[in-house]
Amino acid sequence: MAINSKKTKKAAAEVEQNSEVGKDVIQIQGLSQGQIIRKKFFAHKPAVAGLIFMILFTLFVFSASGIHLGSEKDPFTIQGWWKFAHTDTILTSDCPTGCPTWNHPMGYVPTQAKDYFALVMRGSEISLMVMVVIGSLGGLIGTVMGSVSGFFGGIIDAVMMRFTDFIITVPSILIGAVIGYRMGNLGVLPLAVFLGLFAWTGLTRLVRGEFLSLREREFVDAARVAGASNTRIIFKHILPNSVGVIIVSTTLLLSGAILTETGLSFLGFGVQYPDVSLGVLISEHQGEFIYAPWLFWWPGVIIVAIALSINFIGDGLRDAFDPRQRRQLKRKDYLAKTSTRDAVNKK
Amino acid sequence: MLAYIGRRISIALLILFGSTYLTYNLAAYSGDPLAGIRESTDPKKEAIMAELSRFYQLDVPPPARYFLWIQKIFGIGTGQIDFGLTAKRLSVLDEISAAIPTTLRLVTVATFLAIILGITFGVLSAIRQYSRLDYTLTFLSFFLFSLPIFWVAVMLKEYLVIQFNTFLEDPTINIVSNLLISAVLAVVITGFVSGTRKRVLITWGATFAILMVVLQIASLISWFRQPSLGIFGVAILGISTSVGLTHVFAGLGNKKALYAGLAATGVGVAFYYPFGQIMNASGNYALFGGLALLMLSMSYFIGYFFTKIDKGPVIRSAMLSAFFVSFFVVVDKFMQAWAPYYTLTDGKPMQTDGAYNLTLETNDFWVLNLDLITHLALPTLALTLISFAGYLRYSRASLLEVLNMDYVRTARAKGMPEREVILRHAFRNSMLPLTTLVAFDIAGIVGGAIITERVFSWRGMGSLANEAIVNQDLNLLMATFAITAFLAVMATLVADLLYSVLDPRIRIRK
Repeated sequence: MAINSKKTKKAAAEVEQNSEVGKDVIQIQGLSQGQIIRKKFFAHKPAVAGLIFMILFTLFVFSASGIHLGSEKDPFTIQGWWKFAHTDTILTSDCPTGCPTWNHPMGYVPTQAKDYFALVMRGSEISLMVMVVIGSLGGLIGTVMGSVSGFFGGIIDAVMMRFTDFIITVPSILIGAVIGYRMGNLGVLPLAVFLGLFAWTGLTRLVRGEFLSLREREFVDAARVAGASNTRIIFKHILPNSVGVIIVSTTLLLSGAILTETGLSFLGFGVQYPDVSLGVLISEHQGEFIYAPWLFWWPGVIIVAIALSINFIGDGLRDAFDPRQRRQLKRKDYLAKTSTRDAVNKK
Repeated sequence: MLAYIGRRISIALLILFGSTYLTYNLAAYSGDPLAGIRESTDPKKEAIMAELSRFYQLDVPPPARYFLWIQKIFGIGTGQIDFGLTAKRLSVLDEISAAIPTTLRLVTVATFLAIILGITFGVLSAIRQYSRLDYTLTFLSFFLFSLPIFWVAVMLKEYLVIQFNTFLEDPTINIVSNLLISAVLAVVITGFVSGTRKRVLITWGATFAILMVVLQIASLISWFRQPSLGIFGVAILGISTSVGLTHVFAGLGNKKALYAGLAATGVGVAFYYPFGQIMNASGNYALFGGLALLMLSMSYFIGYFFTKIDKGPVIRSAMLSAFFVSFFVVVDKFMQAWAPYYTLTDGKPMQTDGAYNLTLETNDFWVLNLDLITHLALPTLALTLISFAGYLRYSRASLLEVLNMDYVRTARAKGMPEREVILRHAFRNSMLPLTTLVAFDIAGIVGGAIITERVFSWRGMGSLANEAIVNQDLNLLMATFAITAFLAVMATLVADLLYSVLDPRIRIRK
């Protein structure tokens, strides 16, 4: 073993100490499933960073631009702390080119006479809401359809999978375009729900695939022989094993959702005037990339930051939920651990 | 099996019918083709509206109008396929058949590249789990996955294409940037090396030195303006790829595979001059395809006759070597076309918009194709970057899953070399779930093309769909819908059939 003897001795001494007191054993046994998952998740630094960013960013966005719900006639509005709203017309800016100033921290759009910070905040708010609706609807439908279809097989599977194929043939971006462009006046919620109703197919097929191969495994047979009901097998035996796939694809769905929505809005089919979305902002200002880069950079950076954080959170969750995955050992630690074991065994 | 396929195809047709019926009604009810004229103050408004109603057959309600539409498509009564007319009174069929090749060109290369690169890096990432490479690739894939293509495209256009064109005006690299570029590239390449710190540092130093010298020479001889590999360049690249690929896929211990690969490379290099003669400026695709086929079948036989036992790795090594050496020969031909192309485009060879250059005054096969490539480069890069991440994630996850299985442990325990364990036992099984992903990607091509084609101003299926939605052009929209739906149905069907053929555990009859 490529490790110096001093370290080995020290580590061996530690192990000895620990095993005398039995500290290690007690600690491991004392953790509940939830605690283990939480511990593993919080050990995943990018995921924690992503989570913190998402929480802070969501709070920041929603408090800055306020909450605007309800219809036009009967609005429910809570004012945000930012002094301008995305609908306010501001005639002058301190900077003639509209560059970022203290008053307009993200710049000023001369052509629309708007404060860019207010627009970006409102756009992020819309994009976040659409993303959550699409993700939760798609994730829920996908998991249920996939697990039922994969577990029961036979005619149920055949019918459900043909239904999935049917939905797959309807490209969600085209549907979103038709719905968003022609019914954009209804607001973003119908668009989000519609996109969610067509977004679950990928997840369904993956979950089904997972269930199909898992239900053939020995531990499922064992559970069935032991008299477990279908519900128990699904929830206690198969679902925990496929939770990684579900979570990874749901996070992919979420980050895909924000990209779909901003893409649609970029094309002019998604969120409609007077509301804004990050995609609308990019589409409006892509020509000004050279002259007013701040107008182009902010929305894009925010989309990337949101999508990236969600992907990291998903990665952390998958590591945390995966029962087969033990603590990630660094190579150095791994060598140290194996060498102490060797040292102990030699004794 | 045949009965199963037959049943699946008939179900697929039913699905196609259902989905087009749904979308037809959705599209028809959500739009009003007369909206534009309704608000006008034209005195002949009524007459125009009546005319349009007759043209769009608005007196028939959409659920029934669908059948008129589908009847025309199958040419029932008329005997010919008719997708109707667009809002501009053009034949939809003509528009679509002009658009399909463009879209295919746009997505095929990108999809293939994304699959191959994604799987390669995914496998690398999985077998070096928790290494520096793995962390970097994971981060990279997450980052790429989070990129909106319409945002990246604007930046790529500016930073890559326009800056590169500017660079070509004076294609020299000064020593400082050379040092920087070499250092960064060397770090990237060294990332694939594992081992002790000393080994990594030595690799980095060597890569850095080689890169620096190569870049400096390239800069001095103005290589970027008049690039070429020459027969020696092709030979060196061919031999090193051949050895490298043999090392990965068969192991250098497998002498037969090594010799077969080198022999195939030799044949390729020997063909360097004849190929240039046969495929001169007046070459065509048929000849090109024929030569490629000839090369591949020749390499197959080389591999086949080189050994008597365990032909698989030997044939693979020979064919891969032949593929790459031919690739380098072709690249060299394109490089020779670069200088004339540069003059033809007034010193702006890399393109940001469109599918090809309409005003190019040449008949040279290589220059014309180079024009296609320079237009394709940017969209392909953007698309590859974005879908690459998905393949990387899935192939990594799925290989890790398989590597944890007992049969892999068994294979290792019986003393199999790690290469065999990975390639023969783990890799094949881990690629199963990817069939679904590929099918999905193919199904989503038109949907994705809407954005890509808009960003890069291509005129393909995506921009047709885009136009149809804006103009409320039902016939055109439904044609793009129908083709997308057809693609999607076929892709899922093929994926399912493949899945059941590849994985006997998943029974198709139950």
